[in-house]
Amino acid sequence: MDKLLQSEGTELNVQQLIEQKRQRKSFASRFEKVIPVFLFLCACVSILTTVGILFTLVRESIGFFSEVNIVQFYTGTNWSPWTGEFGVAPLIGGTLLITVIATIVAVPIGLMAAIFLSEYASDRVRRTIKPILEVLAGIPTVVYGFFALTFVTPILQSFIPGLGIFNALSAGIVVGIMIVPMVASLSEDAMNSVPNSLREGAYGVGSTRFEVVTKVVLPAALSGIISSIVLAVSRAIGETMIVTIAAGATPNLTFNPTESIQSMTAFIVQAATGDTTYGSTIYYSLYAVGITLFVFTLLMNLLSQYISRKYREEY
Amino acid sequence: MLEHKERPINRKVKRRLWLNAIMKTGFFAATLIGLIFLALLLYRVLNQGIGYLSWDYITSFPAPFPEEAGIWAGLVGSIMLMVIVAAIAVTIGVATAIYLEEYAPKNKFTEFIRANIQNLAGVPSIVFGLLGLTFFVYMFSIGYRLLAGGLTMALLILPVIVVASQEAVRSVPNELREASYGMGASKWQTIARIILPAALPGMLTGTIIALSRAIGETAPLIIVGAATAIYTLPDSLLSKYTVMPIQIYNWTGRPQEEWQYVAAAGIIVLLVVLLMMNAIAVGIRNKFQKRL
Repeated sequence: MDKLLQSEGTELNVQQLIEQKRQRKSFASRFEKVIPVFLFLCACVSILTTVGILFTLVRESIGFFSEVNIVQFYTGTNWSPWTGEFGVAPLIGGTLLITVIATIVAVPIGLMAAIFLSEYASDRVRRTIKPILEVLAGIPTVVYGFFALTFVTPILQSFIPGLGIFNALSAGIVVGIMIVPMVASLSEDAMNSVPNSLREGAYGVGSTRFEVVTKVVLPAALSGIISSIVLAVSRAIGETMIVTIAAGATPNLTFNPTESIQSMTAFIVQAATGDTTYGSTIYYSLYAVGITLFVFTLLMNLLSQYISRKYREEY
Repeated sequence: MLEHKERPINRKVKRRLWLNAIMKTGFFAATLIGLIFLALLLYRVLNQGIGYLSWDYITSFPAPFPEEAGIWAGLVGSIMLMVIVAAIAVTIGVATAIYLEEYAPKNKFTEFIRANIQNLAGVPSIVFGLLGLTFFVYMFSIGYRLLAGGLTMALLILPVIVVASQEAVRSVPNELREASYGMGASKWQTIARIILPAALPGMLTGTIIALSRAIGETAPLIIVGAATAIYTLPDSLLSKYTVMPIQIYNWTGRPQEEWQYVAAAGIIVLLVVLLMMNAIAVGIRNKFQKRL
């Protein structure tokens, strides 16, 4: 305190202090202005990522389609890139076959689990089971692939004689189990947001719990349920490791789930691990397949968002 | 007369109740399928891998014989990769979240950033691999090195970190902000000294969960060229590297049965690391949950 009084004694010191204070303030206010700019630039990284993905896929695909006719690519039914046959149908067929099997497995199990958790289970049971189900969603896909190849396939082989080591059925089932938590969790959220007054109204006129579920809760939560299924299907389309490990590497336009197939994702892995030289036609084909896959999943994601926005019931 | 009419109604009610009971069992059974599958998977992996799991296994490099092979290169590679990914993704992700929650004006462009983040989260991970291959491996000519893998994975988990951080920032009560402004603090002072510390536990939890997703990812790293046979540990950003999932994938693909056990042992190590990360996340959440 004494010191301060002393320094205030001379006019010069006061001016210096004021000057210092002003400088500090101007630095602080400049800093205040720079921060939002820096934060904004960081926010733009996500946009740059999207732009980068589109740029990559489109540019390299154009390179590919200058060597391979685009009509041939999408209408051809023979995929053997190492001999120069680029007809993408077998890869799309493989992806769809896996997706269909996975959906057949995941939708009933996921939906029924969601109904149980949301409508039947007590609070304690729900709080125990839900986190365990979500562990399923956190298991790395390479682990699922290992399990499909070394456990599910041998079991299936004992039921279906002549089933090969690599087959679409085993991979599809395991992909289905992988997306069960997604269907269950999102559908349960949708059912939970159905107001209790609707349920109580139905109970009031003498419905059983099952009738409340099928006639009140499911219709009211339908948009959320469908959008969760579409989202899960999109995950199945993009799933890579399970299909690569368990379904084989045989581009095969078939609807027979016991055969070995190759999905779009599995081809990308195969070509990237093989001796693919930079700039070769096979290198470019990675991107042509990649953009096809990207468009499939993007459409499903947009559809899911559209359904949940457009048909949402407001209570 | 009355009795005669009651009977069919009773029968109908009975049938409805019966259907209700049956379906309840059915719904429960469907829930159990997921749990049983999980139990089988864990049992099977433990059963196959535990015999090969030893200190030697954890500290050995890949080898041509199953008895000598180990996960050391993958374990160290995975941890180093996660450090790089965390450094990049947390900086950008938290900054994005603060911008969106505290600074962004309500206009079309902000809406666009939000929608874009939502859509990025739905892009298959392998497509991020292709992005990394074009940009980081070839265009920036990093090559098949640790840094290229780190950048690719950072972009992959960025949307998860942004969304988690946004929620953490949003959950900071407005009273805290207003009290800070009331004391004369500027916007950035309020963010740096009030909001960030209050939102930190939520951000940490979200980051660890995002990293635990990244540590199990295989496909994008195959595309950007993580190697399978590595006999030295990476010592710089530009070293060759491998990660645990790549090793597991490689071992799974070999025809001899012994390699399956080696792969299963690797899966145990990977799952233990995952478990530890999630335990830390849950611990942080429980410790800080009640303070606001």
